[in-house]
Amino acid sequence: MKIKSSLPLPLRIAGPVLIILLLAFVLLPVVVVTIASFNEKAILTFPPESYSLKWFERVFSYPDFREGFKASLIITAWSSFVALVIGTCLSVAVKRLAFKGKQPLLAILHAPLVIPHFTLGLGLLILVSQLSVQRGYGTVILCHVMLVLPFVMRSVYVSMENLDERLEQAAASLGASPVKVLFTVTFPLLAPGLFGGWLFAAIMSFSEFTASLFVTTQATQTLPVAMYNYVREFADPTLAALSVIYIAVTAAVLFFANYFLGLGKILHIEDRP
Amino acid sequence: MRSDLRAWLLSPAVIVAVCIAVSLVTVLQFSFRAFVPGSLDVGGLTWANFSGLGKSIYLDAFFNTFWLSVETTVFSLLVAYPLAYALVRVKHRALKSFILVTSITPLFLGEIVRTYSWIAVLGSNGFINGALRQLGLIEWPLPLMFTHFGVLIALVHVTIPVVVLMLATAISHIDRDYEKAAQSLGAGPVRTFLTVTLPLSMPGILASITTAFAWTFSAFATPQMIGGGRVPTISTLVYQLGFSSMNFPLAASLSVIGLMLTGTALFALSLLTKRLKAVGGH
Repeated sequence: MKIKSSLPLPLRIAGPVLIILLLAFVLLPVVVVTIASFNEKAILTFPPESYSLKWFERVFSYPDFREGFKASLIITAWSSFVALVIGTCLSVAVKRLAFKGKQPLLAILHAPLVIPHFTLGLGLLILVSQLSVQRGYGTVILCHVMLVLPFVMRSVYVSMENLDERLEQAAASLGASPVKVLFTVTFPLLAPGLFGGWLFAAIMSFSEFTASLFVTTQATQTLPVAMYNYVREFADPTLAALSVIYIAVTAAVLFFANYFLGLGKILHIEDRP
Repeated sequence: MRSDLRAWLLSPAVIVAVCIAVSLVTVLQFSFRAFVPGSLDVGGLTWANFSGLGKSIYLDAFFNTFWLSVETTVFSLLVAYPLAYALVRVKHRALKSFILVTSITPLFLGEIVRTYSWIAVLGSNGFINGALRQLGLIEWPLPLMFTHFGVLIALVHVTIPVVVLMLATAISHIDRDYEKAAQSLGAGPVRTFLTVTLPLSMPGILASITTAFAWTFSAFATPQMIGGGRVPTISTLVYQLGFSSMNFPLAASLSVIGLMLTGTALFALSLLTKRLKAVGGH
């Protein structure tokens, strides 16, 4: 049965207008920072009087950004991969096996969602210095794994819920060992969910700032930390230019993820028919 | 075989859980240790860190952080609900994608890019002041940076995407038949929304409140960069105490109190959620 929309006219107009205004609020800083990045002047002024690309050049020539980008890539690659492996194994165990301490384990692993990042960063910083461990990539990667694991777990777990167990049973009845079933049936079927979880973890890790500020050193300084240090030192629009590049790349990644996989599906917000 | 597989599947997650737990215990342990000025080593057990937290500078930071979190939660819910509703219910595919990508892209930009973008909007030569001056409405720039308002508006912007996502999940799980039933019984669209859709999205609203509150509570870059030290929060104080004064014990005790405060607030919320569920019968 279809019910005709009988909204009074003012409401029918007010809805879209409200949505446009709210989207404008969300987009405003993005648009403003983009315009500011082309400003020729060395201070953030609006509107710019003359335009230039020199701040984009400076982004690429400033060594801390290059080093930070490299460090961020290393940390992101490792932490998202490790979180993906751990999250997948754990989801399989949680769904399929009975074991003691399931609830406490899950509670602790989800805690970084609500525990302030500065608390975790501080804790890890004190911990490694107490243990006299050199702060290197290992520390930062461990820190990021803690922070992104809940996102991976959610994504993998939801796709496991939608998995057809009969396919696994079929493989097992044809003589495949549990490990073989896991690798030839379960994991390939979970692949889209795994990819979604990995993508989330990677983008979150790349952008993580607060905890990184505590656990990184000059040698492992991530891009967001380098950016923060830049703002404290300089007032020029270089960071605006870097932000624009950052926004463009992120939007492109999300656009393609949406196009090929459907972000709605990855994020589990598809409307019911 | 079975138990072998179990050990392989579980042990990595257990290691991470232990690291999280040990980090937290370390913070707790440090909060009870004496500060030795000029040294990274700490002294014996003491209560001094906590008794020192009664100073007005710390109380201000606690109150300010708590209040900012409450305000941010309320405003981001008000902004995010219409967006989430439109995101789920809009039929047009391209429009849906546009709303989705626009409202969640900021989630992935991290605090630094987003906060910096707000500096370009709020600064004394920024977008708002520039536009108002061009229009001849003001002569001197409005003080937007380094204010509570500036920090609040940027925090709301930071929180919106995640709240949109959580609300959209909740709204997309509402069975449309309930709405149709209400309408076929004569309820208008507004009444249907208020008596059916909104109550059914309550779980999502409560989850969003929890997340928005916790995120704002732990935000660091935004109050630091936009507040510029003039809008004190727990996170900025923890950083200052740790890295300017090297007083890690005091920083730890401040974190512990902050953690207890968030914990209490979240616990109260979860009690409320249970109550609402008991009342609602689902």
